[in-house]
Amino acid sequence: MRISVTVNGKTYEHDVEPRTLLVHYIRETVGLTGTNIGCDTSSCGACTLHINGESVKSCTMLAVQADGTDILTIEGLARDGQLHPMQEAFRQNHGLQCGYCTPGMVMAAVSLLKENPHPTEAEVREGLEGNLCRCTGYHNIVKSVLAAADAGVPA
Amino acid sequence: MSTATVEATGVVGTRVLRKEDPALLTGEARYTDDLVIPGALHLAVLRSPYAHARIGRVDVSAALGMPGVVAAYSGADLQDLWGAPMPCAWPVTPDMKNPPHYPITPDKARYVGDGVAVVLATSDAEARDALEGIEVDYEPLPPVIDLEDALADRVLVHDDIGTNTSYVWNLDIGGEAVDQAFADAAHTVKERYIQQRLIPMAMEPRACAAVPQPYGGDMTLYSATQIPHILKIMAALTLGIPEHNMRVVAPSVGGGFGSKLNVYAEELLCIALARKHGTPVRWVEERTEGAQATIQGRGQIQDIELAADADGKLTAVRVHLVADMGAYLQLVTPGIPLLGAFLYAGVYDLPQAYSFTCQSVFTTMTPTDAYRGAGRPEATYAIERAMDALAAKMGIDPLELRKRNYVGADQFPYTAMTGLVYDSANHLGAAEKATELADYAGVRAEQQRRRAAGDTKRLGIGISSYFEMCGLAPSRVLASLNYGAGGWETATVRVLPTHKIQVVTGSTPHGQGHETSWSMIVADKLGVPVEDVDVLHSDTAISPTGLDTYGSRSLAVGGIAVAMACDRILDKARQIAAHHLEAAHDDLEFAGGQFAVKGTPDKALPLAAVAFQAFTAHNLPEGVEPNLEASVTYDPPNFSWPFGTHVCVVEVDEETGAVDVLKYVAVDDCGNQINPLIVEGQVHGGVVQGLAQALFEEAIYDADGTLRTSSLADYLVPAASDVPPITADPTVTPSPTNQLGVKGIGEAGTIGAAPAVINAIVDALSDLGVTDIAMPASPQRVWETIQAAKGGSK
Repeated sequence: MRISVTVNGKTYEHDVEPRTLLVHYIRETVGLTGTNIGCDTSSCGACTLHINGESVKSCTMLAVQADGTDILTIEGLARDGQLHPMQEAFRQNHGLQCGYCTPGMVMAAVSLLKENPHPTEAEVREGLEGNLCRCTGYHNIVKSVLAAADAGVPA
Repeated sequence: MSTATVEATGVVGTRVLRKEDPALLTGEARYTDDLVIPGALHLAVLRSPYAHARIGRVDVSAALGMPGVVAAYSGADLQDLWGAPMPCAWPVTPDMKNPPHYPITPDKARYVGDGVAVVLATSDAEARDALEGIEVDYEPLPPVIDLEDALADRVLVHDDIGTNTSYVWNLDIGGEAVDQAFADAAHTVKERYIQQRLIPMAMEPRACAAVPQPYGGDMTLYSATQIPHILKIMAALTLGIPEHNMRVVAPSVGGGFGSKLNVYAEELLCIALARKHGTPVRWVEERTEGAQATIQGRGQIQDIELAADADGKLTAVRVHLVADMGAYLQLVTPGIPLLGAFLYAGVYDLPQAYSFTCQSVFTTMTPTDAYRGAGRPEATYAIERAMDALAAKMGIDPLELRKRNYVGADQFPYTAMTGLVYDSANHLGAAEKATELADYAGVRAEQQRRRAAGDTKRLGIGISSYFEMCGLAPSRVLASLNYGAGGWETATVRVLPTHKIQVVTGSTPHGQGHETSWSMIVADKLGVPVEDVDVLHSDTAISPTGLDTYGSRSLAVGGIAVAMACDRILDKARQIAAHHLEAAHDDLEFAGGQFAVKGTPDKALPLAAVAFQAFTAHNLPEGVEPNLEASVTYDPPNFSWPFGTHVCVVEVDEETGAVDVLKYVAVDDCGNQINPLIVEGQVHGGVVQGLAQALFEEAIYDADGTLRTSSLADYLVPAASDVPPITADPTVTPSPTNQLGVKGIGEAGTIGAAPAVINAIVDALSDLGVTDIAMPASPQRVWETIQAAKGGSK
């Protein structure tokens, strides 16, 4: 099937097998490998990106379902060599160690603050339930998101 | 040789932001599955659905006809590719049984997940599709999944060795003194604990790619590994490839926790098949596949006995373990229980009366191997739970019992009854800090109030004090343990002509921030900005020699090598500067990045100028070679011994069995801290993994030997909403073992955590007569324990 997708502002047209997952399309065909695969049960959230402004686990979607949509991946977050304030907050607060969960975690966190700009700690923890991390124990991830909220993200 | 001290106004000890972060935050970092490898074939492995079965006919013909398939092989087809069976680098006893283990089993499947055939195809999807075309005749055999059943040798996992026991290992200190102490004891406890199997679940699934190099016999293996150096040697030996033709590269690695400290079948298959086909061959695991095909952690029955005098002072410890090896011995499988063997007396002063025996058995389950803590969380759990049992038996507070037994701060360096020398500690100091931060007295008061009021939300507080033996290791000690490698680490530091610094380290970071920490050490030693230091690692072509990263060893061994290399750089630079300034060596001091003549500050030469002079070599003193670089291989004289006390406060809902962790305090002491930000992160992550063992995680095998918890949907790696914030507040007791006074911290959090949590839950239920609860303490288990206790008490 032929699909047309805009990713980080650039439009792509490809023929894809109907069974191709969106995450595989993004990684292998579009060639953006920042979005990661961490499981096969849509549990871990490493594949989180934004479609038409909403966070989506791209492993639970077929590429053909993304036809005509506007996708933002982790690679599209930083602008002109400047980290997005959420990325900066993660850096300032040591919210990452191995970095594998980080793209999905950052995308989920951006989406969380868009819906709830001033969450409590409990709301941050619940809001990130769909994103697993094995390195940080979440303490500094939560701290990063709260710091980003204090800094006015989304601005 | 001088040891220039780290400047007091430097960056070491401060919260420097990590250099690694920008690439990771923007998605630019490349993990193994991200690599673009033109022309690569994809490997898929057909895995046995039976825990135990003889393999008959393997018919790959249908698979060969499927789209994209280039080749398919059975185990028998591949046997002549192997120069040797898969390596086990730790023959713990001379008579240890290590039956042959091949990347694809030719004769018998011995666990669900054991590879029985492979496919190569032009895409991952096509390769996996083609697995369904392979026909295998299995003759199912009874599984062996219970450790006591394995011990009985009712069904043999490996027919040729005539038993399921791989080895029995003893550590006997004091001989008859142990029995005598138990006979004379005022108090004894005898407890059994189960260390359930855990699945490491690093967020990055394992992946590898073998790429033959053009125009030569060279082979590069890219792998999500913690051990490129060791893997290179083992691959060369197993496949008969000359070692100098092998290169192993670990790209960015997404967590390991020990599960990527191994030599895996798929790595060897990729290399062997890449050679055979003359094309790159790559592989990535699916998560449910990895739960079976990647090593698991723990797996022990622990029997521990304590003898104590009338005051509760320990007089003897006796331990018997049955350890689950799984179906085969992987790289260091047999050694894991033994890493804890010396630690079952914990942080307590014990006379020479200690007996430890471990009997390790094969089972028809995934092989076990190192998982965060590797033997030491198990040991800490047993002694810390048993101490609470002893306190309960004596009717005294568990903190009070510990205080009567802690090795005193003034007793360090302390030679333990095992002969090991613990370098520095202050257990009472850590315990007092932790209990104060947790408001121990306040919690006890509230607990009493709730009990008196019959409140069904029960409060409990649990303590865990631990010692951790890490910083692997003095090579001569490893020799005495029959470990197949040394414990040294390498560093080369190079001051480039333009005064930028290159550090080549034998460590292999996978999230620990070594690039930042090593840069900080160099920054202070050489007086340069952190940004001017480039740390190279994880590629055997660039860092040819090393022993990689595991066992919380990198700073205590690798970081010291970096510091020592800087010292040698400064020694050489001093000679060049003295020559140039026409001054005596001892008249120069190095500060602020330059050599200056004492008392004549305008007679100075910056290190930058020295580096350029070393490069041009126009006027070097006699006997001094050009260029400014130094290499060190450091073999540590001792393990490093971090310690600490964790305190956990829980609220147990009597009606639902739900456990809420209200507060978690971790006072960990890793000596001097290079970067407190990084240390905290390691403690947070370590604690949550230990807490997860206590509350959530368990690899469950059913009666057929099938792993029922093979996905993240049923194996409960906690999410952010499942775990509390961690109050990590260290003490700092510098280590006398090395020049930086540092110890490891990577595993300490995990080592302290599980017993603190379980002690708290048991404490919450102690007035019901509950003395133990198995891990994980799920709401179901807690509720059933409460019901049983209530049913039994009137």
